[in-house]
Amino acid sequence: MSIRRFALAALAGALISGPVAAAQTLLNVSYDPTRELYVDYNAAFNKHWQAQGHEPVTIQQSHGGSGKQARAVIDGLRADVVTLALAGDIDELHRMGKLIPEDWQTRLPDASTPYTSTIVFLVRKGNPKDIKDWDDLVKPGVEVITPNPKTSGGARWNFLAAWAWAQQQYGSEEKAKEYVAQLYKQVPVLDTGARGSTITFVNNKIGDVLLAWENEAFLALKEEGGDELEIVAPSLSILAEPPVAVVDRNVERKGTRELAEAYLNYLYSEEGQRIAAKHFYRPRNQSVAAEFAQQFPELKLVTIDDDFGGWKQAQPKFFNDGGVFDQIYEAR
Amino acid sequence: MSRPSPVIPGFGLTLGYTLVYLSLLVLIPLGALFIKSTELTWEQFVAIVSAPRVLAALKLSFGAALAAALLNGVIGTLLAWVLVRYRFPGRKVIEAMIDLPFALPTAVAGIALTALYAPNGPIGQFATELGFKIAYSPLGIALALTFVTLPFVVRTLQPVLADIPREVEEAATCLGARPWQIARHVLLPALLPAWLTGFALAFARGVGEYGSVIFIAGNMPGKTEILPLLIMVKLDQYDYAGATAIGVLMLVVSFVLLLVINLLQRRIARG
Repeated sequence: MSIRRFALAALAGALISGPVAAAQTLLNVSYDPTRELYVDYNAAFNKHWQAQGHEPVTIQQSHGGSGKQARAVIDGLRADVVTLALAGDIDELHRMGKLIPEDWQTRLPDASTPYTSTIVFLVRKGNPKDIKDWDDLVKPGVEVITPNPKTSGGARWNFLAAWAWAQQQYGSEEKAKEYVAQLYKQVPVLDTGARGSTITFVNNKIGDVLLAWENEAFLALKEEGGDELEIVAPSLSILAEPPVAVVDRNVERKGTRELAEAYLNYLYSEEGQRIAAKHFYRPRNQSVAAEFAQQFPELKLVTIDDDFGGWKQAQPKFFNDGGVFDQIYEAR
Repeated sequence: MSRPSPVIPGFGLTLGYTLVYLSLLVLIPLGALFIKSTELTWEQFVAIVSAPRVLAALKLSFGAALAAALLNGVIGTLLAWVLVRYRFPGRKVIEAMIDLPFALPTAVAGIALTALYAPNGPIGQFATELGFKIAYSPLGIALALTFVTLPFVVRTLQPVLADIPREVEEAATCLGARPWQIARHVLLPALLPAWLTGFALAFARGVGEYGSVIFIAGNMPGKTEILPLLIMVKLDQYDYAGATAIGVLMLVVSFVLLLVINLLQRRIARG
């Protein structure tokens, strides 16, 4: 059969069978480090969904920088659900695209964040520069690897964690600004995303300490076998909350609301929580958290809402053009 | 109109097709870019494109692209010459390798070059010993652009070189021309228009390159930030208009430079 005839037949087949026997599909648009998590979770959810007496579903996942993913959805990517790195990016789905209501974050428990993470330090085996806490990062000769907060969601959590520590330590915003200015002076490379920084630190062996998502740090450790790297938990960090949301406009068009809501709700079930914990995300469910307590170092955590007034205030103050991050570079 | 009928008939049809094609692929997207940027007032536009960071990135992007195009202009000419004029074992392999920079995803190229030329990479460590950096400096950016734009000059020169018969050079020799005179008066005039085309293509491609550069650049504000990165930064703030302003700036500067190269080419062609 010629290719053209084959294509025509396939097209005709799709037209005829498409609407009738279409298994429901669900598109989950997520950020970079959740790739492995959602591969596992999608399989588990499909089992659960079928156990409820539904047809099996095809779940597609898309990963990339959190901001880029949000823009793709705003610009027309038909995501049923978004699971992004920070609430600020999902807020834009409302502000720019009117795809979801403004109060989206109140629709699911725990501010729509089924799992959390935090920011930790990844250092070379044996911790040769003796890095224990945030003040060690600005010691002479220490090179810090972190992505650019202008282009990376993870990097914004890094920046805010450093800021929160410095403000508690030194007691004022000016001192905190001096601290982060010094910190970023010791950053030799600003990659555009968290994975880029991990490559720079782990593969290209640049720098003494990588500021990383806890889950990303554990993953790097797992992949290289624990011979070259170790994790250091600072005295204080930030509760990184990557939230999830159903994209109302898209599920209404596609008729997938029930499925999409079940998909996100199941993240809060014990099974969902356990999968998240296995992939080094901190579960919200107390009993699952207790099961995995060994895995996660205990540390003091500030939150974006209590300590920074939410992303609506933090984003323009720190990261938009002319914000604190720009100021510390312009002051040079 | 009593023109001799061309080989492919249907002037109207082909022109129409060309216009639709160009509109869909080039004119409409670029037009949309300009229209989007008009959301800004003139003052806002000027403020964005004259910000110190944008100007620094402008110099870097165009400077590095120019350096890469010049380097490829020299090395690429050499490569084309070797490949056309000599027969040696392995020529076919080298010939095939020339196009690899086009086939390879630019991000892969960027990551590979960074690993090699990073301060403690297999090659980069020698630079470190000599006291300078390749990756994470403008030098690294130029290197990545040189890699990505390598095929342009080679591929534009090759057919032209192949068309210059050896007899021309032999005749010149018989007439008493010295080798440098042959190069200057016989080869150069024939090659220059094609060389300029290759140079312009390499330059234009280099200005817009993003994928390979972000890995090797280090992206330090004001130092190793390229213009396309600043566009991404604006987009990540959902500042679409600001991003288009930088896009328009790049487009206008590139257009002017390419126009100059084109005019130069026409003057050369006229002799």
